[in-house]
Amino acid sequence: MAVITKDQVKHVANLARLAITEEEAEHYTEKLASIIEFAEQLNEVDTSGVEPTTHPVPLVNVLREDKPSKGLDRDLMLKNVPEHEDGMVKVPSILG
Amino acid sequence: MTLFNHSAKELQQLLHSKEVSAVELTDEAFRRIGKVDGDVKAFLALNEEQAKARAAELDNTPADQRGPLHGLPVGVKDNIVTEGLETTCASRMLGGFDPIYHATAAKKLDDAGLITVGKVNMDEFAMGGSTETSYYKKTANPWNLDYVPGGSSGGSAAAVAAGEVPFTLGTDTGGSIRQPAAYCGVVGMKPTYGRVSRYGLVAFASSLDQIGPITRTVEDNAFLLSAISGHDPFDSTSFDIDVPDFASALTGDIKGLKIGIASEYLGEGVGEASRNAVKDAIKVLESLGAEVEEVSLPHTKYALPAYYLLSSSEASSNLARFDGIRYGYRAEGIENLEDLYKQTRSEGFGDEVKTRIMLGTFALSSGFYDAYYKKAQKVRTLVRDDFTNAFEKYDVVIGPTSPTPAFKLGEQIDDPLTMYANDILTIPVNLAGVPAISVPCGFDNGLPLGLQIIGRHFDESTVYRVAHAFEQSTDFHKRMPEIREGLEQ
Repeated sequence: MAVITKDQVKHVANLARLAITEEEAEHYTEKLASIIEFAEQLNEVDTSGVEPTTHPVPLVNVLREDKPSKGLDRDLMLKNVPEHEDGMVKVPSILG
Repeated sequence: MTLFNHSAKELQQLLHSKEVSAVELTDEAFRRIGKVDGDVKAFLALNEEQAKARAAELDNTPADQRGPLHGLPVGVKDNIVTEGLETTCASRMLGGFDPIYHATAAKKLDDAGLITVGKVNMDEFAMGGSTETSYYKKTANPWNLDYVPGGSSGGSAAAVAAGEVPFTLGTDTGGSIRQPAAYCGVVGMKPTYGRVSRYGLVAFASSLDQIGPITRTVEDNAFLLSAISGHDPFDSTSFDIDVPDFASALTGDIKGLKIGIASEYLGEGVGEASRNAVKDAIKVLESLGAEVEEVSLPHTKYALPAYYLLSSSEASSNLARFDGIRYGYRAEGIENLEDLYKQTRSEGFGDEVKTRIMLGTFALSSGFYDAYYKKAQKVRTLVRDDFTNAFEKYDVVIGPTSPTPAFKLGEQIDDPLTMYANDILTIPVNLAGVPAISVPCGFDNGLPLGLQIIGRHFDESTVYRVAHAFEQSTDFHKRMPEIREGLEQ
């Protein structure tokens, strides 16, 4: 069985909010399949009883004093916003 | 000829004796960039006006208030945000992005009196091993312009090798500082995870990314790492521990030090030139009184597949922020929000970035999470344990930085697995979070090779000590590529 099908690639592209053409779907199916097949060799490793590592150097509960501080200036934050109006970020209509 | 074949210490002496000023050094950087960057193509954006003004200010600083890097020019990888200086991650997605604050590392460069002359090229969002996935340009290896500089910090390594600037910052997620440093014959350090703040580093894989210095010499590297290290309240994964003066560790004495040579790093998939260069390096280290023995890191082979699943999974989440709404590229003429996201991301990201986002989304998706993501996390534990076990007996572990010297531009870009395999010897280090350096250790057909020295968590000092002792007993770091200074571009 193929490790990843073209339909799965289309599904994943949609989850990742990427628009891909039929031709691209074929390209990525091939490319992703070769990488996933390569990754399958992890199944050779016995990991029973092994804890997963989420973080290379363990850290627990990094706390700071609960003191408010000033955030960034609004005008400054809008500097890189492609479209804005009256100090607000503008997006296309959400409800069709 | 360039002034930047001098060490930081030598340049500092020239500044101190007023033989040269910071303004002149900055001018020299821009002159050299103007002459050679048309061929090397390391820089994406130049900061000429601000850099010159800053140099003039720094020339007025009293001598007793100057640190070891005062008044010297530096280049910064383009995924580290710099206030008022375009930061693109070499992606169309961030074309024209004008950061409103400095990354902590960039701020620390300023605090140390360094002068940021520009931003250097990289693989798009640091995903790649040759700098060829950059949307803007393909950087060349200064030793042979037909070859890649490595990646993803290819611009950082090439700019130093070409004598455009004496130092740069790079970032390393799976080898992206050490591999290009090896390919370009310079010194590159990936510090311990948590040593340098990641605040303002555009995230690729947050549990692996670290910022680190690329320089001509080990001593310069130690100076620069001391300057950028330290706890930062804006990055809760940065460790709250003292930052040593790393340069003080460079005693030249490695007598009695226990060095493990990783047998897997001389095994399958590693070329003869890299193996032989490291075998020669072992003789040098032994002649200095170190005890070198073979040590096994049995899970080395599995680090690469585990890394691609984990780093891509983290990337798929981190890069979700690029949606065309708050910053960066935005697709035109789209009426509906969902289509705006999709069109923006499809037009803004390149092929390799899309590949990794989809791979990560797949590995995290319902039904595949346990088989891929979680399995890779467990293998990560085993890779980390390999190092923990080795460091019970050895002070450092060594091996080649990469299996081969640099390859030709265009040669591997269509073959992802071959490209990924260049990082088999650097990736385990990121998974374990330990520090490692690459220092020049030989040449093969005129292309440099690197020796990798890996240390315990937060023991960069010992890594630097070994690297420095080796460097001072060899002359590889004194060689510079011959680049003709062309006409002003």
